Amino acid sequence: MNVLEEVGRDTVGLFTYAGGVANLIAESATFIGRLRIRVRETVDQAFLLGVQSGIIVLLTSLFTGFVFSLESAVQAVQFGVGNLVGGAVAVSTARELGPMLTAVVVAGRAGAAIAAEFGSMVVTEQIEALQSLGLSPIRMLVVPRLLALVVMLPILTVFADIVSVIGGMFIAHSSAAISYESFIDSVRSGLPFSDVTKGLVKAAVFAVIIVSIGSYQGLSTRGGAAGVGKATTGAVVTSIILIFIFNFALSFIFFRNNA
Amino acid sequence: MPEVYARLEDVTVRYGAKVVMQNLSLDIVDGAITCIIGLSGAGKSTILRLLNGLKKPDVGSVFVKGRDITRLRERELIDIRRKIGFSFQFAALFDSLSIGENVALPLREHTKLPDAEIRALVTQTLEGVGLAHVEERFPSELSGGMIKRAGFARAVITNPECVLYDEPTTGLDPIITHVLTDTIKKLREKLGGTAVVVSHDLESIFMMADYVAMLFEGAIIAYGTVEELQRSINPIVQQFLQGSEVGPIPI
Repeated sequence: MNVLEEVGRDTVGLFTYAGGVANLIAESATFIGRLRIRVRETVDQAFLLGVQSGIIVLLTSLFTGFVFSLESAVQAVQFGVGNLVGGAVAVSTARELGPMLTAVVVAGRAGAAIAAEFGSMVVTEQIEALQSLGLSPIRMLVVPRLLALVVMLPILTVFADIVSVIGGMFIAHSSAAISYESFIDSVRSGLPFSDVTKGLVKAAVFAVIIVSIGSYQGLSTRGGAAGVGKATTGAVVTSIILIFIFNFALSFIFFRNNA
Repeated sequence: MPEVYARLEDVTVRYGAKVVMQNLSLDIVDGAITCIIGLSGAGKSTILRLLNGLKKPDVGSVFVKGRDITRLRERELIDIRRKIGFSFQFAALFDSLSIGENVALPLREHTKLPDAEIRALVTQTLEGVGLAHVEERFPSELSGGMIKRAGFARAVITNPECVLYDEPTTGLDPIITHVLTDTIKKLREKLGGTAVVVSHDLESIFMMADYVAMLFEGAIIAYGTVEELQRSINPIVQQFLQGSEVGPIPI
């Protein structure tokens, strides 16, 4: 095949994909704006996508807090800045690690689940069945998941932040003999509240990425079981890449002046 | 001249490079059962999807009660679809919902009927297709014939003007096939509307059809009553009706 033809096809594919996702988000926003929301389904999804991701998010955050503190506390004490470890752990967690790790974990769990569920519904004609009943798959399926995760991902991030800092504090104390009081004081003085809120805004943006990519991949599934597998893998990979890209963009916007 | 409920006019449909229909035209008579027959992969199910706007033709128009639905936006198609029930080949019941919830869904989403009334209508509609006491069960707990009937119930619970049946009897034993064919006839009589049935099952077609259209290589090559079709001198129609290997249809 001609290289130019291939590049052209990939470019068209990329724009079609981006347009499809943008359209899905816009249509979801229209339903939300008109308050065409299925409340019970949204609550169910908040439990399935959010609450059920809680344990894995907390475990990931705890060990990340351990490692971060382990790597930094001993050196910080050697350089005589042990009293800054709490602030360093808290700031990096609230700004970057908390929202991003939570989003990556949820993308792997909830994003994959959404893509697989919608993909299975496509191949078993359940999506067409919804349309044939005069019901929009976006309103019935996407909007509840979108709302649920936009609420739940920031909440999970708050818990992830707390657990990560507590983990960091424990390791700082046990490996570098930094007292709990000193660590907490450092967190208090080093972490502006605005950093926490900006981290939560990031989490909300990541939630939109996870649900829109998972939904679009699932609803675009072609073929049978192989198609569902491809959609699921595609959803996770694309979501994670976009989470990293958007994380950089948002950090640039939020923190470039006080990095 | 019978009144026309829906009309496909010079419709061409392609799937990638494959042309499934070429300048196909077909009238669906109002208040009648029209059966569409043809070889596997001929595009019969695509005709059903064209009729409720699930598929747009590449060329041509689809009229439902005189309105060209190919020009409608997705939101406008919702009104059309609410008047046309669709029974899918494999029922396409929502596997996360019970049978009762599946059948109730269109009523819950499109009407403001109280819950008790919806439950009563669900029970009544399920009994109408020969299913009793299955409301709490899930699709995975039912047999193939029961699933098809639950699909019928979901398609007709809103009393649509027209019901589209995709392979309603395929893969079922002769007794259930007979029961389902009878159910389609009864539902049509009860609803007084139009039905379009896509099927390979000639015996059940002969039992229920008012009109039969045969689709071959992207075009309707025969159309008429069952008797007219049986008397057709078209060798393709005769080979198909007789199920013969010998004839102009390539195997």
